[in-house]
Amino acid sequence: MGIQIQNISKKFGTYTALDQIDLTVPSGELVALLGPSGSGKTTLLRIIAGLETPDTGSIHFNGEVATQRHVRDRRVGFVFQHYALFQHMTVFDNIAFGMTVKPKAERPDKKHIRKRVNELLLLIQLDNMADRFPSQLSGGQRQRVALARALATEPKVLLLDEPFGALDAKVRLELRRWLRKLHDEIHVTSVFVTHDQEEALEVADRVVVMNQAKIEQIGTPEEVYDHPATPFVFNFLGHVNLFHCRESDDDQAVAIACLNGIDTGTVGYVRPSDICIRRNAEAADDIAAEVIFIQGAGALPHIELRRLDNGETVHAELPRDQYRQLGLKTGEQVFVHPTNVRVFAPNYQI
Amino acid sequence: MTTKTATLSSTSHQALTEPKAVRWLLTGLALAFLVLFLVVPLAAVFVQALEKGLDAYWAAIIEPDALAAIRLTLIVAGISVPLNLVFGISAAWAITKFKFRGKAFLITLIDLPFSVSPVISGLIYVLLFGLQGWLGPWLSAHDIRLIFAVPGIVLVTIFVTFPFVARQLIPLMQAQGVEEEEAAMVLGASGWQIFFRVTMPNVIWGVLYGVILCNARAMGEFGAVSVVSGHIRGLTNTLPLHVEILYNEYNFVAAFAVATLLALLAILTLVAKALLEKKVRH
Amino acid sequence: MSIFFKQRSVLPGFGLTMGFTILYLSLIVLIPLSGLLFKTATLSWEDFWGAVASARVLASFRLTFGCALLAAMINGVFGLMVAWVLVRYRLPGKRVIDALVDLPFALPTAVAGITLAGLYAGNGWIGQYLEPLGIKIAYTPLGIIVAMTFIGLPFVVRTVQPVLEDMEKEQEEAAACLGANRWQTFVRVIFPAITPALLTGFALAYARAIGEYGSVIFIAGNMPMVSEITPLLIITKLEQYDYAGATAIATVMLVFSFLILLTINLIQWWSRRHAER
Repeated sequence: MGIQIQNISKKFGTYTALDQIDLTVPSGELVALLGPSGSGKTTLLRIIAGLETPDTGSIHFNGEVATQRHVRDRRVGFVFQHYALFQHMTVFDNIAFGMTVKPKAERPDKKHIRKRVNELLLLIQLDNMADRFPSQLSGGQRQRVALARALATEPKVLLLDEPFGALDAKVRLELRRWLRKLHDEIHVTSVFVTHDQEEALEVADRVVVMNQAKIEQIGTPEEVYDHPATPFVFNFLGHVNLFHCRESDDDQAVAIACLNGIDTGTVGYVRPSDICIRRNAEAADDIAAEVIFIQGAGALPHIELRRLDNGETVHAELPRDQYRQLGLKTGEQVFVHPTNVRVFAPNYQI
Repeated sequence: MTTKTATLSSTSHQALTEPKAVRWLLTGLALAFLVLFLVVPLAAVFVQALEKGLDAYWAAIIEPDALAAIRLTLIVAGISVPLNLVFGISAAWAITKFKFRGKAFLITLIDLPFSVSPVISGLIYVLLFGLQGWLGPWLSAHDIRLIFAVPGIVLVTIFVTFPFVARQLIPLMQAQGVEEEEAAMVLGASGWQIFFRVTMPNVIWGVLYGVILCNARAMGEFGAVSVVSGHIRGLTNTLPLHVEILYNEYNFVAAFAVATLLALLAILTLVAKALLEKKVRH
Repeated sequence: MSIFFKQRSVLPGFGLTMGFTILYLSLIVLIPLSGLLFKTATLSWEDFWGAVASARVLASFRLTFGCALLAAMINGVFGLMVAWVLVRYRLPGKRVIDALVDLPFALPTAVAGITLAGLYAGNGWIGQYLEPLGIKIAYTPLGIIVAMTFIGLPFVVRTVQPVLEDMEKEQEEAAACLGANRWQTFVRVIFPAITPALLTGFALAYARAIGEYGSVIFIAGNMPMVSEITPLLIITKLEQYDYAGATAIATVMLVFSFLILLTINLIQWWSRRHAER
C-alpha cells in the first residue's frame, strides 16, 4: 500500500516540527527518514501512524484519505524506539496481543493465533523463547519481538521509530541486515526513522533527508550520497572539507578558482576521500599544506593537514595501499588537490 | 589479583565512612529514638490489654458495643475506600496520560485534604450539613440526617483519605509513560482493553499499596470522625471512638483490648506495605 | 473544564476521567472547604477578631505552634540520623526497622494517644522513672511535644531517605580524593544535597503536628491557657454551638497550613531548579 503525504504541518506551541511536508512512499518500498534530532522525522512518522494529529494537510493510504481515521483503524504496524513491549506479558502474549483485542467477530480462534505467533517466532528466530518476559531478553531480542508484534496483525504499512537506536554497534549491524532481508521477503511498505546516515544508506530503497521541519532531498542512497542537493545533505551524509571560492562563470572554473583561496562567499564542498595528496605540485591549483596528524589504523587512513596559505584544516582519506606508498610523516610539507568539488548557491547555509 | 582488589575496596571504604565510634554512636542514638517512640508504645498496647488476663481481653472485644463499632468501621472503610480507589485511578489517568494546562495546580488540589487538620475536616461538613449549617434547615425539613449519623462519618472519612490512591498512582503512571498504551492502540485495542490489559497490570501493586494505606487511615481516623459522629454508642461509634469512650470511663483494659485490634491492623498494614514496596519498585 | 486546555492525544478517556475527577474533587473537597471560607466571610471583623484574639485562643495558638515547632525540630535531628543509619550502615533486621518507621502513619491516632498517655503518666513504664526526678510529661506541654514527635516521626525519615539513597557515591569519593575529611565531606557535600529534602520533611512534620488531635488530647491534660491545643478548642466551641468562633479559629489554622504547603512547594520548586542547573 502506498502512502501519500500532502502539505503536512505541525506545531507544538511555538515550535514548528513539520513545515508543509509533501512525500510519497511507493507501495512495497523501504523508506528511511533521515535527519538530526529535532528535524521532525519522528513527528512525521507518528502522524502517518495516527498517533499525532497534523495541524494542516492530509495523509492518504492508496489514494484514500486516512487523516481522520483513528489509529486503531489504520492497520499500521508501529515499532517504538524503546520497543514499548508489555512488561507483564510473555513474548507469546505480546505478539498475540493485536489479534486478541480484535472484536469478537473478527478475532481469529485460539488455534489460529497460536499458529500465527509460532510462525512469527520462527521468523524472528526466537521460537524457544515464547514464555520469557521482555525483561529476560537482550536488546536485540526485544527489538525483534517488537517487530513480530507489529507484523502479527498483517499491517499494510510498517513504521519503525529509530529501530536500532538503543542497540550496541555489533547487534545493530546484524539486525539492520536482517531487517533488509526480511523486507525483501515480505515486501510490506515500510518507513523507518533514523539519525544514522550509514544505517539509512545501507538499508533503505529510498532516503528522505530532513532538516528543521523540512525535506532537504529525496532519492536512492546513491543519489543522495553522490549528488547531494543541498550543503546540509552533503554535510550530513559524511565528512566534508569546505573551500571558500571565487565566483566564476562555469562550474569547472569555480572548482579551479577554489584552490586560490580567495573568499568571495561561495563555498566548495569536497569529501575527504576526494582529496588527493602528493609530494610535488603537479597542477596550478595544488595547495601547499603541512601534515599535522595521521590516524593510520582502519580501512581508510585519515590524514589531517593545515593549508600553508590560510591555515585552514583539510581532512583527507586515502586508500591503504596509496597511504603506504606515500609514507607520510607529521610535519612534512605536501600538496593537496581536491577533486569532485561541489558548489552550492551562496545563500545556502549549513 | 583478588587480594589486590580486596585491599583497594577496603581502603576506599574507610575513606568514605565515619570512624567506628561515630558509627556506633549514630546507630545507637537512632535505634534508641526508634525504640523509645515506636517499639515501646506498640508493646505497651498489648501488655496493657492483657494485664487482667485473656478472659477480660476477650470480654471487651465481644461486648455488643465493641462489635457494633467493628461493624461500623468496616462499613465506613468499605464505602470510602472503593470510592477513593475509583477516583484515584480516574485522576491518575487524566493527569498522566494527557497534557494540559493547570496540571500541577490540580495535583495540589488533590493533595489538599492532607494539609487540613482532621478537626477542621469534620468542621467543614458540620458547617455544610449540620443543623445550623448551609444545608441543615433543608435537610432537617426532609428528615435527612447526615451529621451525627453514619453518612457524615463516611463523608469525612472519604475527605481525609481522599488523596491516598491518586498520590500513589500519579508518579507511578507518570514514570510508565504512554508508549505501551500507544503500542496497544496501534495494535487495535479499545480504550477499556488498553486500560485493563496494559495499564492496570503494570500498576496493580501500586494501586494495592494506595488502597492499603487508604484503608488504614479510613479505619483509624479519629479527629474528623469524632467531630461528626455524635458518639452514640452502638450506633455512630467507630473503633477509635469506642477506644476513647472506654478510656475516658477509666476502663483501661477494655480500651487497650479494643486498641489491640487497631494496632494489629497497623502491623498488618506495615507488613503488606513492606512487601508491596519491593514489587512497586521492581 | 474549559480552564484545562488539553493538547490533542490519541488515547481515549480524557473527558470521562477528567470530568469525574473534577466533579468528585469539587463535591468532596472544594465545596465543603469553600463553605468554611464563606462562613468566615459572613462574620463581622469584630466577631472574627474577638474569636481569634481572646486570651484563651491566643494561648492555644502559642502552645500548638510552639510545641509543633519543637517536635518538628526533634524529628529533624533524629529523623536525619535514622535515615542516615538506615541507608548507610549495615544493621541486622534493617527491613523490620525500616518498615516500623511508618508505624505512626498506620497506627490510629487514638491508640497512639492512650498508649503514650499510659507510658508517660506518673505510674507508667517511663513516667515512673522521670517523676522522681521532677520531670512530669503526661498532662503537661511536654506530653504534647512527645505526642507530636511521635506522629511526625516518619516525615523527615521518608523524605531524606530516598535522596541519600540516590546520592552518587562519586561526589563523596571526589571530596575524599581532594583531601576533605569525613566531617568536611558531610558538611560541605552531603548536607547541602539533602537540605531541601530535610526542610520538606521538617515542614510536613510541622504541618501534621499543628493539626494533630487524636494522639495529643489524651496526653495533653487539656487545661485551658496551659495545655489546651487549638484543634481541641475548635471542638469545644462546636460543642457549645459557637459555630462562628470555631470557624474563625479554623480559618486561621487553615491559612497557616496553606502557607506551609506553599513553602513546601517553593522548597521543591527551588531544589528542582537548582538540580537542573
